[in-house]
Amino acid sequence: MIRMISAGLALLASAAAAQSPDPADWDAVLAEARGQTVYWHAWGGSAAVNDYIAWAGAQVAERHGVTVEHVKLADTAEAVSRVIAEKAAGRDEGGAVDLIWINGENFAAMKQQGLLFGPWVEQAPNWAFVDVEGKPAVTADFTVPTDGLEAPWGMAQLIFYHDAARAPAPPRSMPALLDWAAANPGRFAFPQPPDFLGSTFLKQALHELTPEPDVLLAPPEQTDYAAATAPLWDFLDALTPDLWRSGRAWPPNGARLIQLMADGEIDLALSFNPNEPSNAIARFELPETVRAYVLDGGTIGNASFVAIPYNASARAGAMALADFLMSPEAQARKQNPEIWGNGTVLAMDRLPPADRAAFEALPLGVAALTPEELGESLPEPHPGWMVRLEEDWTARYGLAP
Amino acid sequence: MSDAALAQRPGGPRLRGRALPWAPALTLAVMLGPVAAGLAGTVGPAFGWMPALGGHTLTFEVMRGLFDWPGLTRAALLSVGVGFAATALSLAAVALIVAGWRGTRAFGAMERALSPLLSVPHAAAAFGLAFLIAPSGWVARALSPWATGWERPPDLLTAQDPAGVALTLGLVAKEIPFLLLMTLAALAQARSAQGATTARALGYGRVTGWLKAVFPQVYRQIRLPVYAVLAYSMSVVDVAMILGPSTPPPLSVQVVRWMGDPDLALRFRAAAGALLQLALVLAALGVWRLGEIAVGRLGRRWAEGGGRGAPAVETALRLAGLAAGLLAALAVFAGLAGLAVWSVAGFWTFPDALPDALTLRTWERHGPRLGALLAETALIGAAATVLAMLLTVACLEAEHRHGLRPAQRALWLLYLPLIAPQVAFLTGFQTLALVVGLDGGRAAVIVAHLVFVLPYVFLSLADPWRAWDGRFDVAARALGAGPDRVLWAVRLPMLLRPLLTAGAVGFAVSVGQYLPTLLVGGGRVQTVTTEAVALASGGDRRLIGVHALAQAAAALVPFLAAVLLPRLIWRDRKALRHG
Repeated sequence: MIRMISAGLALLASAAAAQSPDPADWDAVLAEARGQTVYWHAWGGSAAVNDYIAWAGAQVAERHGVTVEHVKLADTAEAVSRVIAEKAAGRDEGGAVDLIWINGENFAAMKQQGLLFGPWVEQAPNWAFVDVEGKPAVTADFTVPTDGLEAPWGMAQLIFYHDAARAPAPPRSMPALLDWAAANPGRFAFPQPPDFLGSTFLKQALHELTPEPDVLLAPPEQTDYAAATAPLWDFLDALTPDLWRSGRAWPPNGARLIQLMADGEIDLALSFNPNEPSNAIARFELPETVRAYVLDGGTIGNASFVAIPYNASARAGAMALADFLMSPEAQARKQNPEIWGNGTVLAMDRLPPADRAAFEALPLGVAALTPEELGESLPEPHPGWMVRLEEDWTARYGLAP
Repeated sequence: MSDAALAQRPGGPRLRGRALPWAPALTLAVMLGPVAAGLAGTVGPAFGWMPALGGHTLTFEVMRGLFDWPGLTRAALLSVGVGFAATALSLAAVALIVAGWRGTRAFGAMERALSPLLSVPHAAAAFGLAFLIAPSGWVARALSPWATGWERPPDLLTAQDPAGVALTLGLVAKEIPFLLLMTLAALAQARSAQGATTARALGYGRVTGWLKAVFPQVYRQIRLPVYAVLAYSMSVVDVAMILGPSTPPPLSVQVVRWMGDPDLALRFRAAAGALLQLALVLAALGVWRLGEIAVGRLGRRWAEGGGRGAPAVETALRLAGLAAGLLAALAVFAGLAGLAVWSVAGFWTFPDALPDALTLRTWERHGPRLGALLAETALIGAAATVLAMLLTVACLEAEHRHGLRPAQRALWLLYLPLIAPQVAFLTGFQTLALVVGLDGGRAAVIVAHLVFVLPYVFLSLADPWRAWDGRFDVAARALGAGPDRVLWAVRLPMLLRPLLTAGAVGFAVSVGQYLPTLLVGGGRVQTVTTEAVALASGGDRRLIGVHALAQAAAALVPFLAAVLLPRLIWRDRKALRHG
């Protein structure tokens, strides 16, 4: 009986998917989207982010008749697992995941395995406002071309934050960080690679310390990897004994850094969301004396995206939602530090004056940085560097007795 | 055809009698699919077979890659060491508690304090414990700066120590209540009071007498739960992530890391690691079994030696038992209390013993959603537990009436979901669910939970069931009762306490399921646990506090029932309360 029902459902699903939406005809996409339910698999670890996603869902329901269900994940890999299992079971239509919040290595892996639907992004109406020239990261995700398979919906940049009451003069370069840590042993920590924030710290340090940063944009095989990374290992050899717990235990992720800062265990930490310290202060998670800053030479930045799996059930609805997420209204709300405070992917000079005014009117969080203070972000190295750095770091420091 | 369908027809009981022999086969048929698929989903990729990710050839390269990983030896040793240490310590503590204090008022208090701890989810207990013992934790805050002189938390390694001591102790605190409850359920069938009284009358000390006269009978009944503790302690993930080391982590955690790595090629290595983990658990169970035999021999010699127990040693052992029980209860309770305070905390930093301000903000924000999540959690847990208990009782009764040993022996397969690392096991399991079209809904999630609930219900119930004195059966039959009447009127009522305990354990297992709910439910089914784990990844102790309390509350009701109902129903049947 169950088998019969499921066979029937599978037939229905494949019939619906046969008229897969044509992104060039956006009105048809919206017409098909009406009445669909989009299961959006997205990290659910932040109440602020969850609230924003709920708001976006309500907006899309009102405008396009699309129902959005936020499937809260602890890790994006769980959604990737689901799509892989569906592919293994031959379920090439009617998949459970309609939209994934994704970037970097997860995107590269899904793209390489052909697990994504598209291209569709550059036909979305709001793509016209996206800052393709000023923010190269929106079309090159960790240098991997997005090829219209994922829609950018936020900018992230590495920042450092410190408790000004306990550490009034934080270091603004990697050599300065080394001196600071020696003078304040145990008061700085970064998450254990391959956590992405920990890996980003490695890439940031490498960018600053390596003799020729330009080689990082090409795969590491195309250069003298050992020579390029030697200064990084020297730096880490000197730094690690002065880290929190002398490098014998590691915070698992960025969230733990906030906790350690609030507990008074560390005075200096890092984040990939420039507004995170302000948000955390508002939630009583950090003392009001915490301030954010970037290093003198600039810091690594990237974009985060949403993508549709190849076998998604509600592709049209997912496209309508993704387009809304790129709209000036949704982007301005997202950048509002009282809501979330995640940087926009849009180009101000492409926006109508009213929308631009909305961005200019946004408040700035107590510990937030202006776009001028953030400066130009440095590009992500080729993903191959991250893989090698994570392996080598683990061999050197991640298995310490 | 199911039992229920048969029972509706005239002459149901007679036919049911005929259907009963099939119960073990039916249970196996229901469970074998998921278990075999889960296993295949682990073994295949471990040898390079995973067509969905381009693995079309069988190869040993994946295994070689695993063994070339430099942290493997230490990760495996950690798993084994933590497993043995946690199991041995919790078993010893439970034995000393029961031996030294049974029948006293302190014992009643300890039992009441420890039983509800079982309903506290492992991860929540670990979070609570981590907050207690950190250098900036509650204990240090309470003592600083007036006693310690610390204005700032010191840079000391407490949780996450490389040897896994914090992890082991955390597991012990959580396993003592489990084993204690299992022991209490078993005592009724062991005629323990008689043995203990006789030993006392012969001049044995309380502890020595109990260990010599009663423990061997009891251990035979709680052997399976002890094995479960060993398997669980070796393969636990969530607690190990919070309290355990990370350079390297225990093998189970490393498997999860590989599984979650964006580099999809590492999923093959994850499967290979899972297979190794499975082999380690099986080997450890074998070693433990050998240990049982050795300890049994030594114990026999010790018992035959006739030593009555020196009073000083007796006192020391009793105090050790009391201390272990109190510490376990205190650790989990204080940890939970810490999370409860966090759930209403404003800003709260070192060295303040309490938050600056209290606020209901977090509860107001997340409370309204909790009702629906708790209802879904309860529905799924109740359905999975009832199904598991029906299957278990049918299997055990079939064994009793028909002596179905061969089929019974095959039932060890049911325990595979318990000893195979869940994250790898689920891959194949999920693929099977997709292939047969059973996924993406509540029914699918209930079946998925059943796979993990059934082994616990089975191992909780099997030994007390088998230890039931068959002479009651003979007596009832001689008085004219048929086998069904014996079951309903004599056996089930007499086994009320083990039944309720098994149900409570099963329900708690269901409440704790995260990955099966998420992956098999396809995100369509949200429970208090899927919400809790997702929010916990953000690390906000306030959110963790709210959801940990909700999770604990969800599992608490059945445990209270298991402790209180027998007392209520058998208030005039002293021997049935717990023997």
